[in-house]
Amino acid sequence: MDRIGSPGAALKVRSAALERWTSDEIMTIVGSRSIRDGSSCFVGIGIPSTVVNLARATHAPNVTLIYESGPIGAKPQVLPLSIGDGELSATADTVVSIPEMFNYWLQGGNIDMGYLSAAQIDRLANLNSTVIGSRYADPTVRLPGAGGAPNVAAFCKAVTVIMRHQSRAFVRAVDFVTSVGFGPTDGYRESLGLTGRGPTTVITDLGILEPDPHHRELTLVAVHPGVTVDMVRDRTQWELRVADDIGETSPPTETELEAVRSLVHAGSTS
Amino acid sequence: MTALLPLEEAISRYVHDGDTIALEGFTHLIPFAAGHEIIRQRRKSLTLARMTPDLIYDQLIGAGCVRKLVFSWGGNPGVGSLHRFRDAVENDWPVPLEIEEHSHAGMANRYVAGASGMPFAVMKGYAGTSLPANTQNVSFIECPFTGESVTAVAALRPDVGIIHAQRADRRGNVQLWGIVGVQVEVVLASARTIVTVEEVVDELDARPFDRVIPSMKVDAVCHVPGGARPSYALGYYERDNDAYLAWDDISSDRARFLEWIESEVLVPH
Repeated sequence: MDRIGSPGAALKVRSAALERWTSDEIMTIVGSRSIRDGSSCFVGIGIPSTVVNLARATHAPNVTLIYESGPIGAKPQVLPLSIGDGELSATADTVVSIPEMFNYWLQGGNIDMGYLSAAQIDRLANLNSTVIGSRYADPTVRLPGAGGAPNVAAFCKAVTVIMRHQSRAFVRAVDFVTSVGFGPTDGYRESLGLTGRGPTTVITDLGILEPDPHHRELTLVAVHPGVTVDMVRDRTQWELRVADDIGETSPPTETELEAVRSLVHAGSTS
Repeated sequence: MTALLPLEEAISRYVHDGDTIALEGFTHLIPFAAGHEIIRQRRKSLTLARMTPDLIYDQLIGAGCVRKLVFSWGGNPGVGSLHRFRDAVENDWPVPLEIEEHSHAGMANRYVAGASGMPFAVMKGYAGTSLPANTQNVSFIECPFTGESVTAVAALRPDVGIIHAQRADRRGNVQLWGIVGVQVEVVLASARTIVTVEEVVDELDARPFDRVIPSMKVDAVCHVPGGARPSYALGYYERDNDAYLAWDDISSDRARFLEWIESEVLVPH
């Protein structure tokens, strides 16, 4: 006989939830809810681009999409495969050169939000997208590298990190700091000349983490429906702190699920 | 004065073994045909600079033309890894590859310094990351006015800058529109320049957000329709996303890669 709160009951809730949406879908939907209509968003390719375009298709039609390749105010009908797809410049309000994009628009402090993903994140929200392994010259895995990420993390007014919550990704200390999160002391970012507030939210397929206002360590503030705190701890390599008033994200609505499933991806041959 | 040259002659005249070459094009207008001509002419020991190495540098690296790569994002956009690049870094195949990596902003500013005749450019960033400890040509200096620490990146001045563009007129003025990336900067930063174009026309008429590079800075224009495939030329053809997806498989195996280079690049079409 199952009682509420028993492991059997929890398992049942979880599998029932996952029958209705995938873990990527809830991550994308929760990510898109965080986007304020009318804000300007610097968008990386992949999940971040899907998240921002979902917001544009639902509650934030007036969001300004900015892609590092130069388009400002892009309104793609098809989700781009690459950061420079023709769809982006053809639908943009303007297209600027790369030096103008990074120097004037981004470093100049004109962009509200940045959306980033990474291969590794640590307890102070430093991000790695360069190499896995402790030796740079002889890496275990060579990743693509920095691209625009360090400057998005440095100069957007705030940054949301969106990535799958896997043990190999949520590590005590990143192997390589590609993009700066927070440091050991107050004023660390300011001392480096980084003008943005840094990663203020981390959204995963399990829940939401935020830097603690005092010690800046990433703290679990919400879990998705059907997810337990223990599941998140299991997939986090550091001793994860959990907020006293931890919440649960509201489940995806039919409208949100329909919207995320109707996004068309470029390069899909079907 | 700009010469209208066949691509084969332009590469043979301007690109030499051991040169530093930048073939630029940020996802758009990537000069693939020019890269393939460099492979056919079997250039060696090149230092290649490019923000996003993309498939074209994966091919040049796998073909053994490259000694050093200077870059800021080395993936197959939207698909995954560049397997020839990774094989060279991880296993020295076919030859060892030295790398120097930056952020996009750092590379862009290095070209800006080169184009401006400055020894370095000033920016913010790199501080707090692991990049400066592993990358040449980045340093920190004090602002003489405020005393704050700012970042200096050394000028990048390629021996040869190569770009693709939509059009040129018969005098060698080059016009491009859509995503312009660092095309203008790399032309101005380079000692010699080659531009491949979709079309050579009598007169250039205005296009939205276009840029015109005056012929005084263009050494050679080569008429190469389709010269950016499988990337794209806005107004002419779209990006061949299927080719980018297919490259993942072709490039993942050394023998398959060599067969592809033999049949698609070395054998003249």
